[in-house]
Amino acid sequence: MNRRELLKMITVATGTALVGGNSLFAFSASDECDRGFSAEDIQRLDELAETILPRTDTPGAKDAEVGAFMSVFVSACYTPEERGLFQQGLAQLDARSRAAHDRDFLSLDDAQRRDLVVELDREARAQVEASGEPHYFTLMKQLTLFGFFTSEVGATEVLRYEAVPGRYDGCMPYEEGEPAWAT
Amino acid sequence: MANNHYDAIVVGSGISGGWAAKELTEKGLKVLLLERGRNIEHVKDYHNADKEAWDYPHRDHATQEMQEKFPVLKRDYALNESTLGLWADEQAHPYVEEKRFDWFRGYHVGGRSLMWGRQSYRLSPTDFEANQREGIAVDWPIRYEDLAPWYDYVERFAGIAGTREGLDILPDGQFLPPIELNCVEKDVARRIERAFDGQRRLIHSRVANITQPKPEQNRVDCQYRNKCWLGCPYGAYFSTQSATLPAAMKTGNLTLRPFSIVSQVLYDKDRKRARGVEVIDAENHQTYEYTADVVFLNASAFNSTWILMNSATDVWEGGLGSSSGELGHNVMDHHFRCGASGDVEGYLDKYYFGRRPAGFYIPRFRNVGDERRDYVRGFGYQGAASRLGWDREIAELNIGAELKQALSQPGGWTIGMTGFGEMLPYHENRIALDHGVRDKWGLPVLAISVELKQNERDMRTDMVQDAVDLLEAAGVRNVKGEEEDYAPGMGIHEMGTARMGRDPATSVLNGYNQVWDAPNVFVTDGACMTSSSCVNPSLTYMALTARAVDHAVEELKRGDLS
Repeated sequence: MNRRELLKMITVATGTALVGGNSLFAFSASDECDRGFSAEDIQRLDELAETILPRTDTPGAKDAEVGAFMSVFVSACYTPEERGLFQQGLAQLDARSRAAHDRDFLSLDDAQRRDLVVELDREARAQVEASGEPHYFTLMKQLTLFGFFTSEVGATEVLRYEAVPGRYDGCMPYEEGEPAWAT
Repeated sequence: MANNHYDAIVVGSGISGGWAAKELTEKGLKVLLLERGRNIEHVKDYHNADKEAWDYPHRDHATQEMQEKFPVLKRDYALNESTLGLWADEQAHPYVEEKRFDWFRGYHVGGRSLMWGRQSYRLSPTDFEANQREGIAVDWPIRYEDLAPWYDYVERFAGIAGTREGLDILPDGQFLPPIELNCVEKDVARRIERAFDGQRRLIHSRVANITQPKPEQNRVDCQYRNKCWLGCPYGAYFSTQSATLPAAMKTGNLTLRPFSIVSQVLYDKDRKRARGVEVIDAENHQTYEYTADVVFLNASAFNSTWILMNSATDVWEGGLGSSSGELGHNVMDHHFRCGASGDVEGYLDKYYFGRRPAGFYIPRFRNVGDERRDYVRGFGYQGAASRLGWDREIAELNIGAELKQALSQPGGWTIGMTGFGEMLPYHENRIALDHGVRDKWGLPVLAISVELKQNERDMRTDMVQDAVDLLEAAGVRNVKGEEEDYAPGMGIHEMGTARMGRDPATSVLNGYNQVWDAPNVFVTDGACMTSSSCVNPSLTYMALTARAVDHAVEELKRGDLS
C-alpha cells in the first residue's frame, strides 16, 4: 500500500470504513463491559463467517480460521465501545436464533442460519444507510472479509499471490474468472 | 579518551547525512557519523521484509495499545505492525504542539531514508527564482544552474527511474528506464494531453527504485514486491543502508556511532568556528566531546535547528545562527490530501502483473508562464490506476458462495490522485525550544507552531477542482473530488528553520549551506530550504549535500575553515 497512490476508502463491502485500527467512528454509547471470547464464541464466529464465505471448490472462512482471527482483532484493535457492540452482537445471534427457531445459533441448520444472516445483512445495510452508524453485523461481515482475504489460505488459494513478481507488466491479458491478486 | 578528533563530523544518518558521509570519506577525510538511534544493518535487520499480512497477528493494523503509545503517528497511515520500531518512540521523544503538527520521525541509522516515498524530482529554475520575483521571504542564493550538475551526480549514483519529458517546470535528469504505466494510465495520459493541448501532462513518476542492477553497489533491480518501507533485501531502492553507507564504509574512513545524541555544536568564539560537538550517549547518558575541522548537521530539518538553538548560547541567546532572527522560522511542509478519484470503463480484459513501487505524476501546470491564479505557486499530482479488489462494495450480493466468487475476482478499474502543494515560508511558522519540557535525557524539546494560510487554502480549492477536471476530461466516470484532513507535518517534508540566503541579516546559511556565524558548520537537510517548491524534496537535499561537501573540502584545502 502506497499511502499516496490513491484517495481510497476501504469500504470492505459494507458501506463503511474498516472499524478498528485507526478508524474514527462515533459510536453511541453501548455496553463497555469486555467479556472476552470463549471457545464457543469463536465457534459462533466461525459458523457466521462460513455462512458469509462458504467453502466451495475453494476454501472457506473456517479453513482460514476467521473466527479466531476476529476474536484477536476485536480484543486488541477495537475501542471498548466497538468491542461492546461486537459482543452484544454475539449475544444477539443466539437471541435472534431462539426467537425464530427456539434454538441457539450453533444449533441452526444451514438454511436457517443462511436466512438469519441474510436478514442481518439487510438490517445492517439499512442502518448504515440511514444513520451512518455500523450495525454489529457490519463489524462481523467486515472482519470476515478482511480476515479471510488477508489470511494465507484466502490470499494464496482463493486469490492469487506472487511473493516475488520480479517484473511489472501493466497490460497483462485477463480472462473472466481468473482470481484477483491478493496484494 | 583515545582519539576523539576527526576531520569531519556528520550528525544524522538519513538521506542527507548518508550523502555527507559518503562524499567526505570518498574525498579522503576521516569521518565520524553520529546517529541518535540504534543501528539497523542492511538486509540482516530487515525483519519484516518478507512478511505478508497474515504473518501479523492483526494483519498489519494498529492495536489500541499501539495507538496509546503513538498518539501522533496514529493520525495517519504510518502506525501499523510492519513498520513498528521504525518510527521514533513518542514517550522518550516528546514535543509540544502549540498548534497541531504531525511530526513523523525515524530515529535510527538510515533515518527516514528507509521509509521514504522515493519520489525524486528536481526543483525547476522557476522554483529558485520565485521568491525574488514575487517579493516573498528572501531570494535563494543559488539558481537551478548551480545545482544541475549535482542533480546529475546524485541521480547517477542513487538510481532514479523515470522518463525525459522536456518540461521546463520539471527538469529532466539522469534516468534509468521508467517503471511502466499500466494500460489505463497510458490511455488517461493520452486523453489528458489531447484535452489540454499538451499543457497538462500525465507522466511516469520518478522514483529512487533501480530498474537496472547496480552490481558495483551490490544492488539488484526492483523485484516489484512494493514493500520498500520494510527495507529491501535486494537494495533496490535508495537508502543510506543500500547505497551511501556501504560506499562510505568501503573507503575505510568512516566511523559510525549509533546511540549518539548531539546536544550542541561546540563553538570557539575566538576563531568563530565550531571545534566539534557534544554527544550524550543515549544508552549510558554519559557526555562525550568529539572535535573536527568541519561539522555537517543532517539531523532532519527540525533537529538540525534544535542543535543550533542549543549551541553557542553564551554568545547568542537564541543559539548559533540566531543572529539572523530567522533560526527556527519559515517552517514549510507540502500540503496534500486534496484530489479526486473515479471509475474507468472498460479494460476488463486487462490486468497487471507485479506490484509497482510507483505510479504516475502530473507536473505543476498552475501559475506557469503568464497564468496568474489568486494564489502563487502550484502543485503536482501523484496517483495510480488499478482494479478494485475484495474490499469493494457489491450492492447486489449479500452473502454466500456468489459473494465469495465475485470478490475473488478483480473489479472494475479506478483511478485516483492527490495533489502536493507548495507551502510558502512564513516567518511566524516556527519551532522554538521549550525549556519547561524535557526529554528522557533532560534536554529541552521543541515547541511547534505552524499553520496553513490563505495562499495554501486557495490553492487547495484548485487542487480538488483541477483533479476533477483532469479526470473528467479523460472520460473517467463518477469522479469524486475530495479534500481530506491535512495538518502540517503530514507531508513528512519538514523544511525551512535555517534557510539559505544572500544576507547574514536575513538568513542562517550562505549559498553553500554554511552557517554565516560559523562557516565550518554546514546544514544540508530540509532546514536549509528557502522555499519549498511543490516537488518531493529529498533529491534536492542529496544534490545540495554533495555540492556543499565539494565546497567544504575545497575550503579546507585552502585553510579557509580553520
